[in-house]
Amino acid sequence: MHFHKYEKIWLTFGMASLVLFLSIVGVSAFSQDHTPAGGMTTIDPKKVNETAPFDKPGVTQLDDDTYQVAIVALAFGYTAPELKVPAGKEIIFKLTSTDVVHSFTIDNTKVNMMVVPGRITTKSYTFDKPGKYLILCNEYCGAGHHMMFTEIEVY
Amino acid sequence: MIAAQDRKLALWNIGVAYIAFLIGTLCGLLQVFIRNDALQLPSWLDYYQILTAHGVLLALIYTAFFIFAFFITGMSKSIGSFGPKVRLFSWIGFAVTTAGTVLATIMIVSGEASVLYTFYAPLKASGWYYVALALYVVGTWITSFALVGHYIVWKKKNKGQLSPLFAFMTITTIALWIIAGLGVVATVLFQYIPWAFGMVDTINVELSRSLFWYFGHPLVYFWLLPAYMAWYVVVPKLLGAKVFSDSLARLSFVLFILFSIPVGFHHQLTEPGISNFWKFLQVCLTFMVIIPSLMTAFSMFATFEIAGRKKGGKGLFGWFTKLPWKDVRFTSIFIAMAFFIPGGAGGIINASFQLNEVVHNTLWIVGHFHITVGTPVAMTFMGLTFWMIPYLTGRKFTKSMQKLGFIQVITWAIGMLLMSTSQHILGLLGAPRRTAYSGYNNHPSALEWFDGILTNHVTMAIGGSILFLSAMILIYIVVMSMFISPKAVREEDFVEFPMAESDKENTPKWLENWWIWIGIAFVLIIIAYAIPLSGMIHHAPPGSEGFRTW
Amino acid sequence: MSQKKQSTEVNLKGTLVSVFIIGIIIIAMWFAVYGMYVAR
Repeated sequence: MHFHKYEKIWLTFGMASLVLFLSIVGVSAFSQDHTPAGGMTTIDPKKVNETAPFDKPGVTQLDDDTYQVAIVALAFGYTAPELKVPAGKEIIFKLTSTDVVHSFTIDNTKVNMMVVPGRITTKSYTFDKPGKYLILCNEYCGAGHHMMFTEIEVY
Repeated sequence: MIAAQDRKLALWNIGVAYIAFLIGTLCGLLQVFIRNDALQLPSWLDYYQILTAHGVLLALIYTAFFIFAFFITGMSKSIGSFGPKVRLFSWIGFAVTTAGTVLATIMIVSGEASVLYTFYAPLKASGWYYVALALYVVGTWITSFALVGHYIVWKKKNKGQLSPLFAFMTITTIALWIIAGLGVVATVLFQYIPWAFGMVDTINVELSRSLFWYFGHPLVYFWLLPAYMAWYVVVPKLLGAKVFSDSLARLSFVLFILFSIPVGFHHQLTEPGISNFWKFLQVCLTFMVIIPSLMTAFSMFATFEIAGRKKGGKGLFGWFTKLPWKDVRFTSIFIAMAFFIPGGAGGIINASFQLNEVVHNTLWIVGHFHITVGTPVAMTFMGLTFWMIPYLTGRKFTKSMQKLGFIQVITWAIGMLLMSTSQHILGLLGAPRRTAYSGYNNHPSALEWFDGILTNHVTMAIGGSILFLSAMILIYIVVMSMFISPKAVREEDFVEFPMAESDKENTPKWLENWWIWIGIAFVLIIIAYAIPLSGMIHHAPPGSEGFRTW
Repeated sequence: MSQKKQSTEVNLKGTLVSVFIIGIIIIAMWFAVYGMYVAR
C-alpha cells in the first residue's frame, strides 16, 4: 500500500485537527465541567408527582449561590409554576417526563436537554443576562408538539 | 449489457425507488408551506403524518431500493450474471422489502403511525407499523445475502484473487448494513412488537433509543457508501482515468466497517442514562470514522488532477477547467461532492460532545442531512439514474434528456442551497426541528429567528418549491428513459456502465480478509456498547406504557 | 507503469491545495460554532 507524499501531509494535518478538536472539547468538558445534559438517576414514570423533587416542582434555593429548578414535562407543556431565577447564580435544572420523550430547551443558552420517561436529566447553567427566555420542546412528542413552550424570567 | 433477468430485477428496484421519491418529495413541498402557515391541511391529514411519510419514503425507501438496483447492476456487470438461486433470493428480498414499505405507508396514511421515522418509544404506533419496519430490514437482508452468495460463487471460481473493486465495496456496504440492522431488529422484535400488540405492558425507553441509534448512524453510511462507490469507480471512468489507488479505496471502505457502528451515542449526547465517559468514548470513535472520508477527498482531487493534467491542464489549477463539465453524469456527481464539504464539516460539529447542545434537534440538523443524504447522496443517485436506466432498458440517453438532466441537477443545487443555508442559520439561532407552524405565541425570540434575509419563511418556501420542481423533472426523465425514449439501435447509441479500471497488483490480500474486519468491528462494538447497554438493562427504571399523543 | 511509480511521480500540487482548502473550511466552521457555544 502506497501513500502519496501529499496524502501523508494531508492525513497528518487532518488527524491533528481532529485531535485538536477532541482535546478542546475533552478538556473543557472534564476539567471545567462543561459536559452536556445527562445523569444516571432513575424514577418511576408513574410516580413522578410523589417523588422528590418533582412533588414540589419549581424553583428552590439550595444555598447562597445555587438554585434548583425541578420541572415535569408532559404532552404538551411543563408543570412549573412561575419560573424566576437570578442571574449570576448556578441554576441546576432537573427534568423528567410522565409520558413520552420531550426536550427542555432554553433559547440562546446551553440548556438543551432531552427529557426521557424513567430518567432524570440534569443540567447546570448560570445565566449572564437578565431577561425573559423562551423555553420550548424540540423533540417530537405528538400533535401539539409545536405548542409546547413556556418562559423563564431571569432577574 | 448485463443479463436480461438481472436488468429486470434492477429496474423493478429503481421503479419502487422513484415511486417513493415522488410521494416523498411531494410531502416535502407540503411541509414548507405548512410551516409558513400558507397551507391548511384537511382535518384527516396532519403535519406530522406528512413529516413521517417524507422521512420514511425518502430516507429509508428511496435510498434502499436505489442502492440495491445499483448493487445488482454493478455486481452483474463486474462479477457476472446471477445464478438462479441468487436471482430467486433477490426477488424474494425485493418482495419482502416492498411489502414492508406498502404496509408502513398504509399505517402512516391512515394515521396509525405518526411517530416519525425514528419512532421513539413510548410513542406507540400500531403494531403493524413495527412489523412493516421489521419486514423492510429483513427484506433488505435477504437481497443482501443473495448478493453475498453471488460474491461467494465468484470467489470459489477465482481462488486467491482479489475481487473487482465494485464487488468489494458492495460486500463492505452489505456487511455494514447487516451488522447495523441487528440493533434495530432487536429492538423492534423484542421490545416494540410485543409491547405494541399488548403482550407486555411496558418498554425500556432508553434501551430502545440506544438500540435504534446503534443502527441509526451506520444507516447514514449505508446511504453514503454507495455514493462513494460511484465517486471511486464511476467518476474516474467518466474522466478517462483509472481508480487513483485501489488499495487506498479498499482501506477507506474497511475503515467504515470498523468505525461507523460503535458511534451511535453521538446522537444521544444530551440525554440521561448514558454516562459522560461512554458518550465521550463514542465521540472519539466517531472522529475515527472521519479519516476514511479525508482519504476519499484526497483520492477524488487526485483523480481530477491526474485526468485534467493528461488533457493538458497547466499550472496549479489548470486541470480543473479540463474536467468534462458538459457531461451531466460527471457534473451532477461533482456538485454532490461539493455539497459534502460543508455537510461533512457540519457532521464533525454535531459529534463534538458538548457543542452538540448548540445544534441538537434544531433546524441545523435538518439542514445538515439535506446537505449530506439530501444532496451528496441523492444527487449522486440522480447522476447514476441518468445513465443507469437507459443502460438497463437499452434506450437512448437523448440530447434533450441530457439537457433536462442539467436543469434538474442545477435546480436541485439552487433549491437545496437556499433551503439548507436557511435551515442551518435558523438552527444556530435556536429554531427547533420537526415542528409544524408555530410562532410560540409570538414570542420575541421566535419572531427574531424568521427576520433575516436568509432565514425568513419566503426563502425556505422558494427553496422547497424549486426542489419540488427539480424532483418532477427527474421523475419525467425516469419515466422517459424507462418507457418512452427511443431504443438504441446503433452501437454508439447504447449507454455504457462507466466502471473504471483499478490496478490491483499492489493491493495487499489482507484487505479482503473479511473475518479480520468483521472481527475487529465486533470487538469495537462490544467495547463501546456492552457495559452501557447492560447498565440500561440491569439498572432500568420501571418501564413506560405506550402513549398515542397524535 | 506500476502504481507505485505512478503515484510518486505524479504532480498533485493542486490536490494538496484543494484538500487544505477543505481542511480550512472544516476548522473555520468548527471554531465558529465553538465560539457560539462558549458565548452562550
